[in-house]
Amino acid sequence: MPKLFRITQRLSQVVLVLFFVTFLVTILVRLLPGDIATTLFPFATENEKIAIRDELGVNSNIFVYYFRWLGNFLTGDLGIYYSAGQSYEEASLTVWAMLSQTIPRTLLIMVYTLGFSLLCSIPLGMLLAYKADTRIDKVISNILFGLSSIPNFAVGLGLAYIIGVKFELLNPIGYITWAEGPAEHIKSVIMPVLSLSLGLIATFTRLLRADIISTLKEDFVTMASSKGLSNRWILWRHVFRPSSLSLLTAAALNMGSLIGGAVIIEVIFAINGVGMFLVTSIALRQYLAIQSTVALIAIAYILFNLIVDAFMPKIDPRIRSHHGA
Amino acid sequence: MTDETAKQTKQTELSERLAVLKKNKAFIVGASILAFWIFSAIFGKLIARYDQDFMDYESINSAPSLKYWFGTDSNGRDVFSRVIVGSRIIMVISFLATLLGAFVGASLGLTAGYLKGKYDMILMRILEAISAIPVIIIALLAVAAIGQSSPIITILIIGFIFTPNVARTVRAAVLGESELEYVAAAKLRTEKTLHILFREVLPNVLPTLIVEFTVRLGYAIFAVATLSFLGAGLEAGSPDWGTQVADTWTLIFTNVWWPTLFPSLAIASVAVSINLISDALLEVFEL
Repeated sequence: MPKLFRITQRLSQVVLVLFFVTFLVTILVRLLPGDIATTLFPFATENEKIAIRDELGVNSNIFVYYFRWLGNFLTGDLGIYYSAGQSYEEASLTVWAMLSQTIPRTLLIMVYTLGFSLLCSIPLGMLLAYKADTRIDKVISNILFGLSSIPNFAVGLGLAYIIGVKFELLNPIGYITWAEGPAEHIKSVIMPVLSLSLGLIATFTRLLRADIISTLKEDFVTMASSKGLSNRWILWRHVFRPSSLSLLTAAALNMGSLIGGAVIIEVIFAINGVGMFLVTSIALRQYLAIQSTVALIAIAYILFNLIVDAFMPKIDPRIRSHHGA
Repeated sequence: MTDETAKQTKQTELSERLAVLKKNKAFIVGASILAFWIFSAIFGKLIARYDQDFMDYESINSAPSLKYWFGTDSNGRDVFSRVIVGSRIIMVISFLATLLGAFVGASLGLTAGYLKGKYDMILMRILEAISAIPVIIIALLAVAAIGQSSPIITILIIGFIFTPNVARTVRAAVLGESELEYVAAAKLRTEKTLHILFREVLPNVLPTLIVEFTVRLGYAIFAVATLSFLGAGLEAGSPDWGTQVADTWTLIFTNVWWPTLFPSLAIASVAVSINLISDALLEVFEL
């Protein structure tokens, strides 16, 4: 019973956060200056403009507007994307149609980035912890420290210059889908993924190193080694498993900055992903597109963190026992 | 232990830690780099070799040379002078933004951690909601919503965005403190809640707050630079580092890398120095 209570309590809190976050976005979007109808359709007739304002609900107060948007959003209607040059009647492109093109790109880049970062930082973190305070540890740790202090856009620009311009190894601009050619696809994502990964690798490695060093001092590790278990077994089964937890938490917490980073990287490498879509939508005052996209990002972030929370006890037996008490 | 002796032990402990800090290598390196940038933020015009807006039409996009150490940009302006003079803008904006975030965040965190209950629950959910939207996206939206960008708006936005993180850290520290005897004693003396919070609890969570402040300061440098890079910071043409990168980065595709590289390096060096300092503080204060 208490477990069920805890779950419902947590879920109701998440619902509350989701309400606040979507409402916050509504406030920000409604604050955008200028008459929306004139911005979107400068040549529309007055009657059409009234119809547009009516359709967007910008004449009604913010609560009515919010709940109308929410109702549509929950039924999967993310609104219409009014593209420039079209007349009001012709506007038929939905926000969802735009997002269904852009989301896979951004999502793929993020999955590659997380995968690549973990792939690099897990062995590196274990190596540094194992060699703690030796020369190798100090040199690599300092390099990583420096890397984590370079902003995303600077890393991206540096890679674009060195790999794309100086040595002409890769084309720094554009994105090629998997369907258009797997090899070309991989080539087109190398620089964006690298730019996003460097900072993450540094963060993850530092974290894992510190975590493993402190885990190695715990009693159950001494116990395991006095049982005569092999070093490798202890490192994987007893040390890495609990440490992977803080790695997972860090990954979840870094989702936000990863999405933010994706916005910048997509602008630099001209990738038509969610970030680029959002930046152009803000510039073009696409109310519904902005609102629905930001809401989707926030929901994804919250749910991802919730899932990580839920998985914690599965990975670290110590948390399970604390909850039981 | 009486109150007086307790205070004295606390003070000697603090001066001991400061002495350790002064010998910390990371701290010395970080503080020196930061001191250099603070110096150029104040006396930049003295170090600069040309006026930051002087345009030499004879040498546009010229590579680094003895005349122009860091080269010139597409308007023939000296990149070195612009980097030196530009330090003031980013340093002042980042510092004030972090100060604002730390002040509001600490106040919210203190009250939430101390009062607990419904207030705490609702406040924390609102703060969670704010931090569920990536910093850059809130900032872009806010700049668009306000309709213009200026240093003060950048400060307000970044301060607002940092509030949740500071509040959460301070709240966690206060939750630990509010169970302690000195708080109970103050309550028994029927001290006012504000007095307990700011005179009793705050000094005890101060090290946590200071470390959080330096960590946020590092992020603020990133945030200010990134906002300017996306064109949502300061006006184009300003010698601000992020704006310099924004104004010149497309030139790298034509092999003109210097107007982009040097401001980027400057940003990274400030970030490194602040990260070194916050790391050293973390170590010395054992947080």
